[in-house]
Amino acid sequence: MSAPYAKLPAWADYGLIPLVNLAVAFLVAGLVVMLVGENPIRAAAILIEGALGRGQNIAYTLYYATSFIFTGLAVAVAFHCSLFNIGGEGQAYVGGLGVALVCLAFDSVLPWWLVFPLAVAGAAVFGAAWAFIPAYFQAKRGSHIVITTIMFNFIAASLMVYLLVNVLKPAGSQAPQTRTFVEGGQLPKLNFLLEAFGLSVRSAPFNLSFLLALLAAFLVWVLIWRTRLGYEIRMRGFSPRAARYAGVSETRIVIIAMLISGALAGMMALNPVMGDQNRLQMDFVTGAGFVGIAVALMGRSHPAGIVPAAILFGMLYQGGAELAFEMPNISRDMIVIIQGLVILFAGALEHMFRPTIQTLFASLSPRSAGIEAEAGKGS
Amino acid sequence: MSQTAIELNGISKSFGAVRANRNIDLKIAAGTIHGIIGENGAGKSTLMSILYGFYQADSGRISVAGRPAAIKTPSDAIALGIGMVHQHFMLVENFTVLENVMLGAEGEAVLNSSIGKARAELKRLERDYGLEVNPDAVIEDLPVGLQQRVEILKALYRGAEILILDEPTGVLTPAEADHLFRILRQLKDEGKTIILITHKLREIMAITDNVSVMRQGAMVATRHTAETTVEELAELMVGRHVLLRVEKGEAKPGPVMLSVKNLTVKDARGVTVVDTVSLDVRAGEIVGIAGVAGNGQSQLLEAVTGVRKAVSGTVTLDGTPVELTGEADPIDLRRRGMAHVPEDRHHVGLVLPFEENENAIMGYHWQDKYLKGPLLDIEAIRADAREKIEKYDIRPADCRLKTANFSGGNQQKIVLAREMEQDPKVLIVGQPTRGVDVGAIEFIHKRLIDMRDQGKAVLLVSVELDEIRSLSDRILVMFAGRVVGERGPETSEGELGLLMAGVDKKEAAE
Repeated sequence: MSAPYAKLPAWADYGLIPLVNLAVAFLVAGLVVMLVGENPIRAAAILIEGALGRGQNIAYTLYYATSFIFTGLAVAVAFHCSLFNIGGEGQAYVGGLGVALVCLAFDSVLPWWLVFPLAVAGAAVFGAAWAFIPAYFQAKRGSHIVITTIMFNFIAASLMVYLLVNVLKPAGSQAPQTRTFVEGGQLPKLNFLLEAFGLSVRSAPFNLSFLLALLAAFLVWVLIWRTRLGYEIRMRGFSPRAARYAGVSETRIVIIAMLISGALAGMMALNPVMGDQNRLQMDFVTGAGFVGIAVALMGRSHPAGIVPAAILFGMLYQGGAELAFEMPNISRDMIVIIQGLVILFAGALEHMFRPTIQTLFASLSPRSAGIEAEAGKGS
Repeated sequence: MSQTAIELNGISKSFGAVRANRNIDLKIAAGTIHGIIGENGAGKSTLMSILYGFYQADSGRISVAGRPAAIKTPSDAIALGIGMVHQHFMLVENFTVLENVMLGAEGEAVLNSSIGKARAELKRLERDYGLEVNPDAVIEDLPVGLQQRVEILKALYRGAEILILDEPTGVLTPAEADHLFRILRQLKDEGKTIILITHKLREIMAITDNVSVMRQGAMVATRHTAETTVEELAELMVGRHVLLRVEKGEAKPGPVMLSVKNLTVKDARGVTVVDTVSLDVRAGEIVGIAGVAGNGQSQLLEAVTGVRKAVSGTVTLDGTPVELTGEADPIDLRRRGMAHVPEDRHHVGLVLPFEENENAIMGYHWQDKYLKGPLLDIEAIRADAREKIEKYDIRPADCRLKTANFSGGNQQKIVLAREMEQDPKVLIVGQPTRGVDVGAIEFIHKRLIDMRDQGKAVLLVSVELDEIRSLSDRILVMFAGRVVGERGPETSEGELGLLMAGVDKKEAAE
């Protein structure tokens, strides 16, 4: 028996509900802040100020958002095929290896604009390769992709430590990281874009890969909704049996979707490795792969939702760092709690307020609301 | 008997903009069998759900046995002596009959004493109503007819005086249906009141005392069954004159287009579900496969259409063999002229969250006319969808609408339009009118006959014996994975019914 709900207009579906979820998340986060004896309103002010207050802060926010756009898109593409790729973290990490190898090989011979496309390819190929193994097991052996991708995060972490310590570390160095790339391995910063709006940016890692992320978001939209491949991915995602009936090979489509997902996750590495640190360091992904899951959930697996969701999480990262600095009672862990609450309400509990809002809409304006088929169907 | 078991006054219920029930009055006399008929979406289920406490009416009054009743939950309904047998059984498959009957009415934390009581009560019910079932049998081992009996027992065990049956014969063989009707008559003789929801007019005529017809949420008429006819009821249901018999001329069979030889299929557990089946379908004829659901028809269709692997056997499509045991390719089969309307349109034939136009190309999305390089040609796809909507009178005529929002009949038309418009050589159709309203059934049957007359080879699988008999030029009956007989379309329902239960009259006579 389906409950009688009205269908929501698009603005409520994509705008109102995420906002309500977000408001509740911040309300509960405010209670937590009160619990540790700080003023939640002042905390919110610091957080927002810290994320958007000055050009410098905005640049940092966008820098973080860049990573989250890539990982969010990665999760979304797999979602459309009803695959839950939790391995973005590991795929991004291994993608970093692809970026680093390209940069180490060419940074002194080629200009950055020639190294960049090679590095993009390196990141995508390495990320995709890391996603391929779980995808193959899922498609051929039915091994659950959630389990295998999460395992592969650990394997990636160990593999990268081994490579950094034993292979990539320059002789004589104490730090487990590659040498610093010279000019050809450094992406130009985009801070001038913000300065064009009269904002001042002293030094921030906001770089060219942000534009690549936006381009990737557009291409993912084209892929999912405008190509035969995307059509087949969505078909498999909604109904594997219908896909088989339509002649879409399960094995092929699962592997392709995961390869694209892994490639997008891998491209996240361009942002920190080539855009900021200019060397491959240990643990440079710092959770961006997991944040991508929340971003995809909140953005409802649509690029137009993922970009703003990624910017929101960028704000939380950047503003949260400022908050931990300004308020002694609020530690770095508190910030993680606040981020966790946003993920909880905006992602996991995405449908909590939906029924209430739908009933509200149905009673307010029955004419504006469409009908769910279940309501009138029957016998 | 003039006492009233249930009286509904002015019941209305809206879901958003849809008025599922409009000001419904209904009086059901105690100790009678009362039929309620109507097309899909006419509001029958909503009305019964209100009566059983799943929904609350927006307005109106219910009285049970002359007293006003407030039914807020199913437990209220049960307390008032109303029991319901659902279309899809609500049984725990790996529990025994006894455990299922007791479930939710256990009485106390320790089961020992209530098990004894329940067993005694089951014995009594069995004696009084002829409802024999072994109380220790596990549900999943029982045939569907017996599972339904357990549902009835469950309701009676809870003291039901009024029994609502929702489409009870959909899954039964004719013999099982007859047995059910005998039970229902016996229950009536014992003074129980029975409400029978169905879309099969024949059943209404066979068993009910009174019948109420619903259309578009309103109660349009109530008749004494003895004083009405099938034609009148059909007209009341649809709101216009309906042709119940399909008009068709002689078949002119041509060469064999589809030939299946010794096809054997096993399911995931290794059980043989299709057992050395052979059949031929010629151009210009409809071959019907009759049988109770679950006797291998589904797997036969899937194997022939390349959706499922076969173990052995051969299939030839227009003279060329079809790959059966390796990676079968449904797209290749479509390219060679085989169209397939699958049995389960909700999970196989359509992707319900898709827009209508996206479903209108499913399985044919590789064709050049729908593509511009790697991109989908959205304009061409939508234009194509609009054309089919026009030609097959699919409503609402909106190719951007989510497919889930179409009614069952219109969803089926989306599938039929897609498959028939490919101008195939062979058309394979499973359950073409399951969950489809009377008006659409007429249309679909006509299109199938048209396909035949255009010289297509049509293989039809249906559990509706009437449909098989009125459409087919030859009838094959499947039982336990085998084809157990071939008959002509004029064969009596009784003989086909026996074949469907695995009894061959001719063999028995020998």
